[in-house]
Amino acid sequence: MSTRTVAVGSASGLHARPAKLFVEAAAAAPVKVTIQVAGRKPVPAKSMLSVLALGAKQGTEVTLQADGEGAEQALDDLAALLARDLDADDA
Amino acid sequence: MPERLSGIGVSAGVAAGPLLRIAAAPALPPPVPVTDAPSEVSRAFDALAAVVADLERRADRASEATVAEVLRAEALMAGDEELRDAVRSRIEEGVDAPHAIDGAFGTFREMFAEAGGYLAERVADLDDLRDRAVAVLLGLPMPGVPRPGHPYVLAARDLAPADTADLDPAQVLALVTEVGGPTSHTAILARALGLPAVVACRGVSAVAEHTLVEVDGSTGRVEVGVTGVRFAAREADPLDALGPGRTADGHAVKLLANVGSAKDLPRAEGIGLFRTELLFLDRAAEPSRKEQAAAYRDVFRGMPGQRVVIRTLDAGADKPLPFLDQDGEPNPALGVRGLRVARRRPEVLTTQLAAIAEAAAGSEADVWVMAPMVSTPAEAASFAAAVREAGLPTAGVMIEVPAAALRAADLLEVVDFLSIGTNDLSQYTFAADRMCGELADLLDFWQPALLQLIGICGAAGRAAGKPVGVCGEAAADPALAPVLAGLGVSSLSMSARALPGVRASLARYSYAECRRLAELAVAAPDAVAAREVVGKVVG
Repeated sequence: MSTRTVAVGSASGLHARPAKLFVEAAAAAPVKVTIQVAGRKPVPAKSMLSVLALGAKQGTEVTLQADGEGAEQALDDLAALLARDLDADDA
Repeated sequence: MPERLSGIGVSAGVAAGPLLRIAAAPALPPPVPVTDAPSEVSRAFDALAAVVADLERRADRASEATVAEVLRAEALMAGDEELRDAVRSRIEEGVDAPHAIDGAFGTFREMFAEAGGYLAERVADLDDLRDRAVAVLLGLPMPGVPRPGHPYVLAARDLAPADTADLDPAQVLALVTEVGGPTSHTAILARALGLPAVVACRGVSAVAEHTLVEVDGSTGRVEVGVTGVRFAAREADPLDALGPGRTADGHAVKLLANVGSAKDLPRAEGIGLFRTELLFLDRAAEPSRKEQAAAYRDVFRGMPGQRVVIRTLDAGADKPLPFLDQDGEPNPALGVRGLRVARRRPEVLTTQLAAIAEAAAGSEADVWVMAPMVSTPAEAASFAAAVREAGLPTAGVMIEVPAAALRAADLLEVVDFLSIGTNDLSQYTFAADRMCGELADLLDFWQPALLQLIGICGAAGRAAGKPVGVCGEAAADPALAPVLAGLGVSSLSMSARALPGVRASLARYSYAECRRLAELAVAAPDAVAAREVVGKVVG
C-alpha cells in the first residue's frame, strides 16, 4: 500500500471547486484511491460527498492511499493537485 | 377587473406576463413495503441519474462559468457512488426508494451539519438534490425555476440561491415573492439582473399559474388577471452602462460599482465598495499581509486611474469569522463588529492597512480606505490616523448607525469622505433586523427617517466640500437615485448590472428637480407615500 501525506493548498479548503477538481482527477485515476484526515476513516477519493464531508481546510493534512499498477504515479499527481491553490487557478 | 396585490417594490421597472412558480419540494409519501429489491434499486438509481443529467444540462446552458461549475459540482454529488451504495443497502433492508434516498442524503447531511461553517451551508444543496430525486420518483416536476420556453413572471415564497443559479433573464420578466425584504436575496439578485421585483407580496402564492400579471417594481403593485397587456414588455435600458452619471443639467453623481474580488471588475466610473471579507471567510487563521496585498493588488491594477474605495474588514454580526473568536455575544448586530474588532485585535487592522498600502503603492488606482461600523468622531479620528500612518492618503468612514449620521459634520472634520451603508443604517435606525422579512416595511429605503439621516450627511458633505456616497442596496433603486442626489449624495455605488437603470433615471431630472424630489420624500409621512409622491412627479 502506497501513501502520500500532503497539506491542502487551496485557500477555501477542500470545498466546492477544489473538491470537484480533486474528485474528478481521482475518478480518472487507474487505481482506487482513498483519502483520510488523521484519526478518521479513509474514504473513497472519487466520492464528492465523502471528500466534502472531510471538512478539510487550507493547511489540513490529508493522507492518500492506493495499491496496484500505476498507484505511485496516481498518488504523486493527486498529491500535487491537493498541494496547489485550486481556488487561485483560472476557471 | 384585475385584482390588485401589493408588496414592496425592490427593483424598478414594469413587466407583464404569465405567472409561473417555483415547484414546491415534494412531500415524502407514506412508506411502502419493498417486494422486489433489485427493481426498487434501479428505480432509485434511475432517479438519481435523471437529476445528474438535468444538472449537467443546466450547466451546459449556464452563461456564467462559475454557475456552471456549481451545477457540475452538484451533479457530482447526486451521482456519488457512496451515496448510491447507501441507497442500495437501505433498499436491501426493506426501505422503499424515496425513503432510501432521503435516508442516504440524511447521513451526509448530518456529517455536513456537524462539520459546521461552509459545509453546514451546503446542507441546503443536499436537501435540494434529495427533493429533485424524490420528485422524479413520484413523477412530479423537479423543484426549481421552471423553463417553459417562453417569457414569464417568476413567483415563489422566497428565492433560494440554488433556485436562481441558472435563472435566465431573457426568460424571466420579473420576480414576485411572498416574503423577503429590500435586502433579501431576491431583491439583491433582481437589481443585479435588472429585473423588476416585488417582495413581501402577500397573496401571490394563491394566484393560479399562467394567470397574466403585471408587476411594477417601483410601486410594489402586482395586477393579477390583466388582459391585453403589453405581453413580455420590459422597460429597455435607454442608455449604455458606460459614461459618467449626471443629472439632466450636468450635475455629476459618480456611478460606482460594488465588488468583492478581482473576478468582478466592472465597467464603471470606479469602485465605490471593495469588500475585503471574501479573503477572510472560512479561515482558521488570518490571511497574511502578503496574501492580502496580492488580492488587493489584483483589484487596484484592474482599475488604473480610477477611484477604488476599499473597506477594511467588516466582520461580526451576520459575518462571523472563526479566527476572531466572537462566540458568546448576546446580540452580535449590537456587538463587536466592523471597526470595533480593532478594539480587541488592533493588529488585524494595522496588518490590513499595511497590505492595502503595499498594494496601492504598486498600482495606478486612486485608493481610498474606509472603516465599517463607525459611531463617533473619536473612532473616525483614530481610524484616519491609522490610515495615514500606513502611508495612505484618503481615509473615510461608513455611516451605518444613526449616531454617525447625526454627527456627520464632526466626522468630516477628521476624515476625507463618508459612505452611507443603507442596509445597516435602516436596520439600526428602525431597530429591525435586516434578515427579518416580517419587518420588511420598516427596512424600506424610502422610509423618510432614513432619507432624513442621509440628508444630514449630504448637507454636511456639501458644507465641508467633501464627498458623501451611498454604497448600500438603496443606491441601485433607479427611482431613488434623483432623491439621493437631491439629498447631497455625490456618488452611488451598486452592483454593476444596476448601473444603466440608475444612470438613465438620474439623467431625466435637473439638479433643482432632484432637490425638490428629496424635499417631498423626506416630508412624506411614510415610505409608501414617499415613493408615491416621487413617482407622481417622476411618472
